[in-house]
Amino acid sequence: MTTVISGRALTKRYRMGEVDVQALRGVDIDLIEGELMVLLGASGSGKSTLLNILGGLDVPTSGSVEYRGEDLTAADEDELTWYRRRHVGFVFQFYNLVPSLTARENVALVTEIADDPIDPADALALVGLGERLDHFPAQLSGGEQQRVAVARAVAKRPDVLLCDEPTGALDFETGVRVLAVLERINRELGTTTAIITHNAPIAAIAHRVVTLADGRIARSERPARRIPAEELRW
Amino acid sequence: MSALDRKLGRDLWRLKGQVATIALVLACGFMAMIMLRSTWQSLIGARDAYYDAYRFGDVFARLERAPDAAAARLERLPGVAVVYPRIAEDVMVPIADASDPVTGRILSIPDDGTPPLDGLYLRAGRLPVAGAADEAVILEQFAEAHHLQPGDHVPAVIEGRVRQLQVVGIALSPEFVLAMSGREMVADNGRFVVFWMLRSTIAPAFRMEGAFDDVVIQLEPGASLAAVLDGVDRELARYGARHAVGRDKQLSNYALTSELGILRTLALVIPSIFLAVAAFLVNVVLSRLIFLERTQIAVLKALGFSNGRIARHYLVLVIAIVGIASLLGLALGVWSGRWMTALYSDFYRFPMRLHHVTPGLVAITIGIGVVAAVSGAMISLRRIARMPPAEAMRPATPLVYRRSLFEGLGLGASAMMVVREIERRPVRFAMSTLGIAMGVGIFVMGRFSWNSFDYLMDEVFPREHQEDVTVTFVRASPPRALHELAHLPGVTFVEGERIVPVRMHAGARWRDTTITGLPEPSRLRHLMSGGERPIALPTDGLVVNDRLARLLGVDVGDEVEVDLLEGDWRTHRARVAGLIDEAFGLQVYARADWLARLLDEEPRASIALLSVDADRRDEVSARLKDFPSVLGVSTRAHIVERYRAQTGESMLVITMILTLSAAAISIGVVYNNARIALSMRSRDLASLRVLGFTRREISSVLLGELALQVVLGIPLGLWLGHAWAALMAQGFDPDTVKFPLHIADTTYVGATMIALVSGLVSALLVRRKLDHLDLVAVLKSASE
Repeated sequence: MTTVISGRALTKRYRMGEVDVQALRGVDIDLIEGELMVLLGASGSGKSTLLNILGGLDVPTSGSVEYRGEDLTAADEDELTWYRRRHVGFVFQFYNLVPSLTARENVALVTEIADDPIDPADALALVGLGERLDHFPAQLSGGEQQRVAVARAVAKRPDVLLCDEPTGALDFETGVRVLAVLERINRELGTTTAIITHNAPIAAIAHRVVTLADGRIARSERPARRIPAEELRW
Repeated sequence: MSALDRKLGRDLWRLKGQVATIALVLACGFMAMIMLRSTWQSLIGARDAYYDAYRFGDVFARLERAPDAAAARLERLPGVAVVYPRIAEDVMVPIADASDPVTGRILSIPDDGTPPLDGLYLRAGRLPVAGAADEAVILEQFAEAHHLQPGDHVPAVIEGRVRQLQVVGIALSPEFVLAMSGREMVADNGRFVVFWMLRSTIAPAFRMEGAFDDVVIQLEPGASLAAVLDGVDRELARYGARHAVGRDKQLSNYALTSELGILRTLALVIPSIFLAVAAFLVNVVLSRLIFLERTQIAVLKALGFSNGRIARHYLVLVIAIVGIASLLGLALGVWSGRWMTALYSDFYRFPMRLHHVTPGLVAITIGIGVVAAVSGAMISLRRIARMPPAEAMRPATPLVYRRSLFEGLGLGASAMMVVREIERRPVRFAMSTLGIAMGVGIFVMGRFSWNSFDYLMDEVFPREHQEDVTVTFVRASPPRALHELAHLPGVTFVEGERIVPVRMHAGARWRDTTITGLPEPSRLRHLMSGGERPIALPTDGLVVNDRLARLLGVDVGDEVEVDLLEGDWRTHRARVAGLIDEAFGLQVYARADWLARLLDEEPRASIALLSVDADRRDEVSARLKDFPSVLGVSTRAHIVERYRAQTGESMLVITMILTLSAAAISIGVVYNNARIALSMRSRDLASLRVLGFTRREISSVLLGELALQVVLGIPLGLWLGHAWAALMAQGFDPDTVKFPLHIADTTYVGATMIALVSGLVSALLVRRKLDHLDLVAVLKSASE
């Protein structure tokens, strides 16, 4: 079992308006190569903060992050940029597509700066959008937009795919389709995947489930039986 | 093309309204700069090239009569390179198609046809040939005004006898870039003519064989002008010479330089303020526009784009806007510059093509725009770059709003939202208000010179000059001449003025000017200080133009030395008894009887001021042609008209263009403010709609802030405009002109209207957007 990313004693504190928020209070976590991990937690439990720190979008107040043994804690802005470019794919709750670019161009945005990318059309085919290449985000449904976001994240063949509430803005059926795509990518490409959700049933598709509460890890367990995304019910 | 490039293209299209208005604001700045600077540079360039190529003289002197041997002595003065002695005589030209007598000047040219200095640029025809009687080359301006061609004849009264001069050529001369006779402050193309005739032809007519009465001198490079002027004065004093003058006092050049001085001030002050305002606005607007892009920037960063790459992307967007502005501003600037130069060339005649725009000017102009726009964009880009992408992707942290002073006023919820927004973001609010104020201020400043000019022409001039007709005598005449004029049918009143050329000294400082002797009280000529306060002439001493007093360093009570430049040429001492604040010229006034005593002569008049029955004007003009003592006639209406044509037209064009630009800037600022406010707050507003607020209610939240900015911006802008106008008024060369700081009420009203209308139009556009706000989409997306 190879650890891809590991975080140790991570804390994060920030000010939001006049409120001091302690988002993380000492978290140890490992992302294991090829594993599909689900991070569960109520809103405000610190899971997004944790994911952002692991993906190099944010820096911890204290603690350390390593990528394959390389310390990211002291990395500067440029090094973090390179880290994200080479190794990490993100999927956000609110797709965050560039509205002025078509599905194919949104994916191309990434493949143009990646070393060994998947062709944008193939990446979109992988998420079942082979037919909607030239549609703009506004012409796609929420689920389709999220799948474009997934295609964009995986097109550069990242080592790690970090998904923050990927189904949060979607209805049940489209949510399931997106999860199925993520599961398929994890299976077929072997991409280490972490999915954040507050929706407990989703945990059933994971190799491992980590539960966060109040900025700490409350539980970490391996489900006895994984079920395919298509069979999820909530 | 990369996906990022495509995004750029589509972003430009998506933001087209804002791109267009920002580009327009900047383009207006560019246009003002290029129009005024290129016109000024072109005129300066044309003048210098012309003077150089046609050997315009450095020193000019008039005298009574000197033998040719005196010219040879002048040539031996140190510093003198070329001496061109000639005959110059003023004549009356009773041309049939002019109602009033026209003034003519006959200038001799050497018999080989080539003047060594002040060369002729022949536009049509040929030079006179020796032996042919009464052939003349005439000045183009006059030929055009009277549709004269080579072959036509023009009458001239030479030594009391009418002679028909044959026009053989039409020419320009560096000596007459402006057709000025010296009797008025303005050029008059139709009423002043120069005849260049061979010396052998005219010398006998004026009994000037072997003699000259006018001389033009060119200096050696590096020679001292003052020393040469001194030498020439000493050499020619015994021949009845007035003081020789340098090129700077030569009439046409003086007027041209004055006009260029005015233009220079306009060209320096206006574009500086315009471009600074445009730059400021573009800076503010772009920084906000880019800040709105922060979610997209965060996504690009999450995808692994470096700050540098992202900055480059947005800078290209900014450069594209500057590019559009440059093309537009350059095209408009060149076009309006051509137009202005063409207007100038009606009065200012140069042989070469006038208007040109230098690459340096274009580079500087666009460079300023690039710096302004890029620095504006960089402010936001740097702020965004410093944010961790995770933070930039979140909606901006809710700002800390506080309960405020206004809480107790019983304002409604939406008014409260407006108040708190302003309290929370005072700098943004202040910047927007300042932007609107600048649009208003520019409008006021743009119209200032025109307002002042109008005020001088329409109010001050008629207040000071109540005469209908001014008659200039060939030489100062006794009271009898005035009586003769008074007896002409239609003339209701006549008053004489004695005008004496003098050189006035105070210590080492001196200026050439004239003393005008007026009857006290005068019925027709009213001296007004500042155009408003009547000045009574003291029984003893001089009333001096306050700018002349400043140039000489004298004040009321001081004594000055007055060299008379006619009559007995003596030097007198006189007391400065009062100062007068006048817009044009550097005149000195005194009571006619005091002046007569100073001159030690019987009262005489150099000019006569006439009141004439309006319906008998033409009759009087026709009769004046028969007076041998009359050299020229001008009417008040005509002078105002000439002033308007010569200076007013170009000023009108400048004003018109600046006014339009100011309007464009106002609209650009207000519209962009409103659009950006809408983008920044659409989430709040959509939430309000969801809560059950009506469209009208949410509009009032957004537009309330806009309205407040406009309402505060207007008075601030009017004040700014006034301050800029004052700055501009100070920029004019005190030797030339002093514009009263007069801004018409219509200007203030117009500026206010422009701000209100652009506010209203922007409000309507934004209101339409608000009405189509997609509530679900706005609330679903995480970005603001």
